[in-house]
Amino acid sequence: MVNFLGRSLTRPHTRDYCAGALMMLIGLGAVSQGFNYEVGSLTQMGAGFFPVALGVILMLLGVVLVCGARRKSIAAEKSAGAEHGAPQWRGWIAILASIVAFVVLGKYGGLLPASFAIVFISALGDRENTVKSAFILAASISAICVVVFWWALQLQFPLFTWG
Amino acid sequence: MIGQSLTALWQGFGVALEPHNFMWSFFGVLIGNLIGVLPGMGPLSAISILLPITYSMHPVPAILMLAGIFYGSQYGGAIGAILLNLPCHPPHAVTCLDGYPMTRNGKGGTALGLTMIASFFAASVGIILMIFASPLLVKVAFKFGPAELFSIMLLGLLTGGTMSSGSAIKGVCMTVVGLLLGVVGTDVNSGTMRFTFGLTHLADGVELVALALGLFGVTEFLRNVNRLHAVGASTKVRLRDMRPSLSELKRAFWPTVRGTSVGALFGAMPGTGPTITTFIAYALEKKISKTPERFGHGALEGVASPEAASHAKTQVDFIPTMSLGIPGDPVMALILGALLIQGIQPGPQLLTEHADIFWGLIASFWIGNVLLVVLNVPLIQIWVKVLQVPYRYLFPSALFFIAVGVYSTNNSLFEVGEVLVFGLMGACFVALKFPVAPILLGYVLGPMVEENFRRALLISHGQLSVFVERPISAAFIAASSLLIIAQLIFAMRRALGKNAQGNLLPTAPTLDEVQMPKAASDKDFGRSSVSSDHINFGKHGAQ
Repeated sequence: MVNFLGRSLTRPHTRDYCAGALMMLIGLGAVSQGFNYEVGSLTQMGAGFFPVALGVILMLLGVVLVCGARRKSIAAEKSAGAEHGAPQWRGWIAILASIVAFVVLGKYGGLLPASFAIVFISALGDRENTVKSAFILAASISAICVVVFWWALQLQFPLFTWG
Repeated sequence: MIGQSLTALWQGFGVALEPHNFMWSFFGVLIGNLIGVLPGMGPLSAISILLPITYSMHPVPAILMLAGIFYGSQYGGAIGAILLNLPCHPPHAVTCLDGYPMTRNGKGGTALGLTMIASFFAASVGIILMIFASPLLVKVAFKFGPAELFSIMLLGLLTGGTMSSGSAIKGVCMTVVGLLLGVVGTDVNSGTMRFTFGLTHLADGVELVALALGLFGVTEFLRNVNRLHAVGASTKVRLRDMRPSLSELKRAFWPTVRGTSVGALFGAMPGTGPTITTFIAYALEKKISKTPERFGHGALEGVASPEAASHAKTQVDFIPTMSLGIPGDPVMALILGALLIQGIQPGPQLLTEHADIFWGLIASFWIGNVLLVVLNVPLIQIWVKVLQVPYRYLFPSALFFIAVGVYSTNNSLFEVGEVLVFGLMGACFVALKFPVAPILLGYVLGPMVEENFRRALLISHGQLSVFVERPISAAFIAASSLLIIAQLIFAMRRALGKNAQGNLLPTAPTLDEVQMPKAASDKDFGRSSVSSDHINFGKHGAQ
């Protein structure tokens, strides 16, 4: 499934279908939300006028993208040669998880655990890093963090906290 | 008029040379240069990482430092392109074509020296243009009402969307997405909360730093993780090598002048990105050369001209940003955003109300560019070392600085979460081949566009014709329509299979092509699927 998704996204026309669909979706969201605010008239515009207008433009652009993709699928298939690199799930998940960890640990742990976690977890995302090298990197960055941000710059962020 | 400018400039030098201001300018150039050299970090990420520091500063040193970071990081990018063939920064990708062959011929030092001279020359020309053009532009700008402001912003947004790297229509899509992001928050006219989804943190709108770091920090890391490896053996660059010979200087002179003119021309057009400018400068140089076959094998014209173009454009870009309040490209949008946060509205009033900022900034450009030359001669050895920092240490540390930097802007963890959301969003857009830079342009201009559109129609009682009845506004609308028509014609020609532009613009190496030799030897990378996809500006540039 994952492989299928990865491969199909790399084909130019499938990608353009997705791109157009995404734009239409965002546009639709903007329009439907915009109607909740007051739209008003051209003379007296309400808060909703601008978002609705943008949403409509975005939907039109999405339609153009999809139409373009259909034409491309016939014309440009031959030029679809080398494409996208292999998906890097390990790296992606590690980077995203590290930021989540920073936010959660920042709230329920404090600056020091949060800093250690963001470096340690994201470093594990790189295949050339070992647990040991990630640990050393995280420890040294945490040390820098305490000296520079907590001690020198007096950042308003307690080193340790419990929520 | 000109005498007045010169007096003001003299005072500007006084402002820029005040010890406190000078210190921050120096710090900006140094740190910008350092971050710019790091693989995978460009001016956008350098400025956004350091943006939180400026929040607590006085406006004058803050803007001087940001400008320093900007050209420092821009020059730093050229070092990576020339010495290691790393096209991490789109504007410097074209420099790889001839810069790296020069390094392999043992002329890397000369290439760096020439780059330095060419960019210094181009920056000086740009600064002179700025001194004389800005006051003139300000005179015109005082005639601008809401209708004119809306039209020129529309033109800026359209060029920003269509002339950046990538497909034109996708660029426009991203501009609109950016405009929508600018809508988030409390509506100034009615007080309605828009797109806040019940989150009180969003009432003040999306945080600029969080958006920029998400789009240009986290997105880049997601793209490059496990794909970017340090390349190249240590290159020895000695001080002596950096001094080009007299004949080399002579050969580089006219290309530098031509590159400067191309850059200045494009800088004056709002919205054109720096990447396209350097590609055009390179193509022009190759076209008029008597020996085009030397290009790609270490022709020094191919280094001098694009580098001059990018630096001239950088300086000229400041003209519309400071005198009209309309940023030319995403970097300028970021600087404009920083000024707005400081409570300073760039525009015609800036010259009269904050003359110290305007002229101090211009003077600091010169000082900063001299600093850049002075710093790079002794520090080049260190930069070469910095270039080889492995990515596996680089990105976790950078993520930490991003998280702490964003937290420090408002002491809010919610904004760190915003970074995550925008990073993920940017990665999705990049995977679908959308250029992400126009989002920032749209985001910064969004509130201004809406405000002026509303005001113009309020004054004209809902008559849309107001935009074409006023002459200045009509000219901008006409230019916008021309741009759209030109893009349509190009699209039609391409659809008919006549590859109209052909290989007019050069194709720069992509990151993955550069990484291939290493990747092939890497067991994990043994699969054949690893190849070019990411930084494909070459092919896009031709569209």
